[in-house]
Formats: sequence, structure tokens, C-alpha cells
Amino acid sequence: MLSSQIKSNEIVFGCCNKDLLEEIIYYGIGLGADFVEIFIENTDNSSVLAEEDFITSVSPSFGRGAGIRIFKDKKDGFVSTNDLSKNGLMRSVSQAIEMLDITDVKKREEFNGLNKLRDYSLSKKKWINEVPSIHEISEKLLLSTNSLKKNNKIIARKGSYSRNLQEVIIASSDGTYACDIRLHQTVGLNVIANDAQYRSSGSRRFGSSGRPNEFRLWDHEKAANDVFESSMNMLYADYVDAGQMPVVLANKFGGVIFHEACGHLLETTQIERGTTPFENKLNEKIAHESVTAIDEGISEGSFGSLSVDDEGMEPEKSVLIKDGILKKFISDRAGELRTGHKRTGSGRRQNYSFAAASRMRNTYIAKGDYSKEDLINSISDGLYCKSMGGGSVGATGQFNFAVEEGYLIKNGKLNSPVKGATLIGEAKEVMPKISMCGNDLELAPGFCGSISGSVNVTVGQPHIKVDSITVGGR
Amino acid sequence: MNSKEITTQISQAANSLNLRKWDYGASFSNDYSVQVDKGEAKQLKASQKQILTIRVWNQSNLVGITTTSDISESGIKKALKQANIASDFGNKNESTEFSPLAKEPIKDKEVKKRSPVGIKKLLTLLREAEVKLIESHVSIKSVPYNGLSETFFERVYANSDGAFRSYSKSQAALYLYARAEEKDQKPRSSGSVKLGYGADDIDIESCIKEASNKTISHLNYSPIKTDKYLICFSPESFLTIINAFSSMFNARSIIDGVSLSNKNSIGEKLSTEALNIYDDGLHEKNISSTPFDGEGTPTKRLCLINRGRIENFIHSESTARIFNTTPTGHAGLGSKVSVSPDWIVVEKSEENFDLKTSLDHSTHEGEFVYIEELNAIHAGVRASQGSFSLPFDGWLYKNGKKISIESATVAGDIKYLLKNIVNIESSQEVTTSGISPHIWVDELSITGDA
Repeated sequence: MLSSQIKSNEIVFGCCNKDLLEEIIYYGIGLGADFVEIFIENTDNSSVLAEEDFITSVSPSFGRGAGIRIFKDKKDGFVSTNDLSKNGLMRSVSQAIEMLDITDVKKREEFNGLNKLRDYSLSKKKWINEVPSIHEISEKLLLSTNSLKKNNKIIARKGSYSRNLQEVIIASSDGTYACDIRLHQTVGLNVIANDAQYRSSGSRRFGSSGRPNEFRLWDHEKAANDVFESSMNMLYADYVDAGQMPVVLANKFGGVIFHEACGHLLETTQIERGTTPFENKLNEKIAHESVTAIDEGISEGSFGSLSVDDEGMEPEKSVLIKDGILKKFISDRAGELRTGHKRTGSGRRQNYSFAAASRMRNTYIAKGDYSKEDLINSISDGLYCKSMGGGSVGATGQFNFAVEEGYLIKNGKLNSPVKGATLIGEAKEVMPKISMCGNDLELAPGFCGSISGSVNVTVGQPHIKVDSITVGGR
Repeated sequence: MNSKEITTQISQAANSLNLRKWDYGASFSNDYSVQVDKGEAKQLKASQKQILTIRVWNQSNLVGITTTSDISESGIKKALKQANIASDFGNKNESTEFSPLAKEPIKDKEVKKRSPVGIKKLLTLLREAEVKLIESHVSIKSVPYNGLSETFFERVYANSDGAFRSYSKSQAALYLYARAEEKDQKPRSSGSVKLGYGADDIDIESCIKEASNKTISHLNYSPIKTDKYLICFSPESFLTIINAFSSMFNARSIIDGVSLSNKNSIGEKLSTEALNIYDDGLHEKNISSTPFDGEGTPTKRLCLINRGRIENFIHSESTARIFNTTPTGHAGLGSKVSVSPDWIVVEKSEENFDLKTSLDHSTHEGEFVYIEELNAIHAGVRASQGSFSLPFDGWLYKNGKKISIESATVAGDIKYLLKNIVNIESSQEVTTSGISPHIWVDELSITGDA
């Protein structure tokens, strides 16, 4: 008998768990569940921090757990546990059934067993041996912090790396049976510059999925130069005057505004809550005709890409907005059940302790016809947001984003750097004001926190021009 | 395995691996939570979690660490091995030791621990709360963000030097965030959060009332003109800003060069002499209180600002050693030990000094902006630079009338803010993150749409 065929009373990664998983699902269906989903995870992570010229933190971690979700009508019960034994998993099923108060076992759903395993992990098992060692990471991080030491105004230098390797098994009562291995690596650089009463900071983050060699290829010198220049440019910057003005948002992480202010409103979880202004706007114009927006999980190597989502569906490329017209919502299993919008392969979660929800993956505004200079030349008085910080969106759709690196635009030209700017608005009002899109689309990695935890995403856009937006300052 | 058994297991495994110096922190929890949607159960959740963090010192006294959710015999052994490997990369520039206070007796304090009420009762309570909140005003159409949860957990710290501490407790939380809609008006939203030791301890009625009143009070809104205003910070919003800039009191941040303070800042005057600020994790109103920190150091009340001047910094074991003082009970166990405040208490000193005591948020008739809640802290605060630009919920008081501010940000500098405190009201209010009175600050910039 092959080792992979040995039956076990506990989930064993790398072995055939089909019989055990089927038994658990049969058990749930037998107790009256409409639908049973099992998500099992095994993780192997590590992170390294370099400060100044020392490695100050190396933090490996590993763990495993299961999340079991039971649906009855449109309700769902979710139980997570670290106990991957048959008894532990069955106990979790019972707990979910009990929570949902399911007592009617006469009307049983059918379960015809699991389909043939869709194994997305076959070519990925070697990744764990291909990723850089802690020693290799440490050396390169120290090179990168050393590269930030460019003058005596730099008072703090940091480089950080993290690697997450996640092995998952997904099985559900509609026959779904899949397994996958996911690898995410991210590296960040931060500096603080100081001169007398002046202080500034600069930061950049880089990341990829499924590319074990990516960190080795990372150009730390280029990254360090970029972060250093940003901090120097902003060191003596004046505070921006508040007001309404046209702005140009840079490509890459500039896309965070679309992600936060509009993307989240196109997730079916927002329809379920009744908190999106776009709920009944399908096939209606919600943005300027220059705007086409996409959410997909298929760009090779991008931080938000997946072979299969956390509900066992292959991700699709979803055109959310086409020439300003709303075309699609981002949907997961619960979203389809509760709102009728078809699943898009977007059921995602941070780990086994969260139920999957409709979440963005690689989300970006498509490129247009203009150059960056065209956009800037079209403005007589405005703001160029070269680098965006984080932001947030309120429960009624108002957003607020910090501008990390900004420059005034005067008579069609970039002028002096300004600090302290925030962009304030509401997606519904700002989307029709994106009047020009550049031809330089680029993506940037990030982490998105929401209902199902923190997930890896990319945001992106070309340079875009917003005709008018409130800029907060002093 | 219980916590004593885990300690024995780690000790035996460490011996077998010839690891002589180790410590660990662990937490074991059971969580139950419910959400509802218009009377229907939406999602019901239960989770059982265990997290173990082990540190190992190698022969060069360098520390390595590993975190795992696998506390089986093999999991513990693997964690020790990984921590030992990681210790090769331990910080050579700054040593870490056991806290000298890890075996100090902890003053007995009554531990309030409740039994689970069960998912069904949680669901019933939340359903009733949702209905009452919607019925409280015709404009409240839904409660899109809601939840009621109970957590039962045990936390442990032990080390190879014989220190062993553990405690277990329970905590429950209710949040209700309502959405109000009126014809030709933008939807408005606000809410309330209440904590208790168990679901039965939570004052659900006051949570409903607070969420309703706050939401309704924002129905009549208007944009605000961009300008500088006299500001009254609610207790919650002032605590938010103090917590956001707590790196000023944080020895770890000072060593790392990301604080506005430096080693010599003790005694620096930051504010009016009428201002006192404490960190008091053991305060009787702090439902999340913990008797010891991640390194096993007992938690205690510590004065951060005394009569407007910096009095103390918060410390871990290693930062305390560098500053030639004792740990203060603010460490989080990690490869690089973090330091953070527990529960901030803001007080007015006994004397009024230079305060304009006539400023009272409930009676003042002049123009001022009342900041109820600050948002987007992670995005709008630059702690290392001292600046902030934050959206807020609040009202403009003018000519005896109060109108909700549609969408605006407040921007400034924390040192300027503290220096420009013009009144500290007498009465303190308890919030989820600490205790504070209303605080008045002159001349802060507000950006609005008008």
C-alpha cells in the first residue's frame, strides 16, 4: 500500500484524507445541515527584522487548524479548532449544528461523496526548500539597511522580511475537494530622517506570491534609493493648505484609494449589510467613462493571486466597472446564497479561524491613453500624490487617506513638496470625477483587513487625475 | 494538557535537547460570537485556540523564539528546536534576560470570571437589541454592524528559573452600529461598544440608547468651513490621541529612535500643570486587566505625566536595564520584546492652575467643535513625527445650536495639542480604552467641505 493511501483518524498533510473528510461531511449532512465545508490549514512562517546594522528579530512560527462551516437556509455556523483528529472535527460539526439549532433531520441534503482531488500543490511542494534561508535573508536585509545609510540625517533604518507558506485542504458537501500550497513573501524598508526641528519618514513594501526566488532577485539598492529620496524630499516640506483641488494620484499604491473607497463597496458582504450605495446600480454608470476597474486572482506572481480560493473555486478575472458602467460584484459562497451574485473565486480568509468572505484579490484601474505629464500639464493649481499612506472608509462610504509624499502642481508643473495632506471624499462622488487615466498601470502589494481577517492583495492603477477632491491640511 | 503539564513537557523536552534556559508564554481560549441581520441569525461562531510562544537562550546567551498552535509533544519539541536555530540570529547588540520581577508575588486581586451563557442566549440578546435599536427612531433602518461575543481564556508565563504565573478570566463584548436614512439626505451612522466580564454583565440598554442617540444626533448635518477652531475632545477621542502617541512614553520607541522623546526627556514639560496621566492596567474599571505582562512582570499603576511633565517611561526587561531602572509590566513576548501601554487614566490635578474652568461641553455657549470619535488612526497618525490628520465624528456648536459635521479632519501636532490644553473638565468618563475627562484645546485646524 502506498503511504498516501494509509487511512488515518487524524488529518495528515501530504496523505489522502478523503475517507475521513467524507465521514465528517456525511456526519454533518446526517444531522440536517444544508451544506458542510471543511477548510484545513498547515502553516510554516518566518519573519526577520533588521534595524540599523543588526538583525534584531527572527521569528519562525508554525501551526495547524481547521475551520468548519455549516449552512442551514441562509444562516451559517462556523467553528474553528486546532484539533485535527476525527473526534475533534466531528465535535466541531456538532457544535456548529447545535449553534444553528438544527433539529429537523428528515429533510436531508444529498452528499454523493467528494470529487477527485484537484491538487494544485504538486509543483509547489519543493518551494519550502527553495525559499531563501534565514541566513540568506539576514545578509540581504543588512545590505539593504546599509544602503539606506546615505547621510547623517537618516536616524533610523529598518528592513523587514516575512515569508508565509500555507498548505490548505478544502472539502465540501457539493463534492469540492482541493488542496494547494501558497507562498507569500514580502519585504519592506523604512527610514526616519531628522534635521533640527524637521522630521520625515519614508517607506516602501514589495511582495510576491508563488515565487520562491523573488527575494533573491529584489533590487535592494534601487529600493533603498527610492525610500531615501522620498524621505529627503519630504524633510523640509511645508504643510499643505487645505481646500478643494484637482489631484493626480500616482500609479502602484495610489490604487489603494480605489481598493478602499470603491472596491470594498463592490463586495457582496456590503450588499448583505445594506451598506453599499451601488447595490442596485448594476449596468448603470457609477464612474467616469474613462474608468475600467478589474479584480482578478490570476496575474502570475502578484501578491493577491491564487490557484484556488478558500472555498475551492478557481479565481476568475472580474471586470467590475467597464467604461464607467458597473458590471459585477465580488462574490463568495455566502454572497451568492444571500444576494444572488455568482461566485467569482473570491472567497478568502486570513486563516482557519475565519469563515471565508468575498474579498478583493488583485484590484486595479485599467490603463488609459495619457502620459503622466499629460495629467499634470492639465492642472494649473493642484496636488500630485506620489506616495500614499494608509486610509480608511467609514460605514457610510466616506474615505480618508494620508498622502505620504506630495507635491504642489503649479501651472502644469510639479512644484514644492508638501506634507500633512489627506484626501477626503466619498466613492460615489469621486468616481465620476476620475477624468483621465495614464498609460502606466503598475501594481503594488498590500494587506487588506476586513471581515475575514487580513489577506494579501495587490492594489494598482496608472496615474489618474481626479478633477476635484477635498484635501485636508493645516 | 493543562498549563502545569505544558510547563513540565517543555522542561523535559528542553532537557532532552540540552537547552538550559527558556521561557514561554501561552494562551488558551474559547470564543463564542453571534451576528444578526434584521432579526435573523447571520453568522454564529465558536473557536478554540491555543498559542504557545517559546524563547530559548543558546550558549552565547542569544535568544531565539518560535510561536505555534501545535502543543502536542512533537509540536513542543519542534518549537524548541526552531527557537534554538533562531537563537543563532539573536540580537547581539541588545541582550534579553528573564524579568527580575517574574517571581515577585502578585497582590491577590479578585478575578471576575463568568460561565458561558451559550450561543442561543447570545443570539436572543442580540436579536432583541437589534429590534430595540431599530424601533428607537423612525430613521434608523438597520444595524449593519453588530455582534455579541464571549471569550474565556487562560494566560500563562513560566521560565526555566522556576517562575510560573497563570490566570484565567472571561470577557464579553457588544457592539451595535446603526445606520439612519432620511429622504434626500446622506445615510448617517454611529454606534456604541460595551464590555463586561460576561454577557449578563453588559449594560445592553445603555448600549442601545447610546447607539441610537449618537446616530440620531448626526441626522441634521452640515459641512464645516476649513479653519482653526476651539476644540473639545470627548474622553474617548482624547484617549485615542494619547494612545496613538504613547511612543512618547515608550522606552522601546525611544531606543529605536521612533519616539518624540529621548532618554533625557524625564521632567520635560509637555502641558499645563493641571494635567496628570497614568497607565493603570489594574484599574478596577478595566475589564481587560491582566496581572502580569508577557515577561511575567507584575502589572502596576505608573505615572506618565505629573503636573504636565514626563514622570516615567514604560519598560520591558531589556529597556529597563538600558535605562537603569526596573521593568514596569508593559512587555509583550516576542523575538524583539515589544512595549505598550495598558489602560490610560487622564486626570485633572487638584489645582486649576491656568485652566479656563468656565469651558464646559454641556454649558458653553460660544463656538467650538466637539470631537466625539477619531477615525483612521493607523493612517492619519505619524507618531515618529508627532503629526496627525484624522477624520472625526463630531458637532459644531454655534449660537447655542449643535449641528453634526458632515465630513472633516482635524490636523495638528501632538506637542502643540498638549501645550494648548486650555481646560480639563472635572468629571471623568470610563471608556473601553481608559478613563478621561473632556479636554479643551485651542486653535486646531479643521478641514471641511464648505
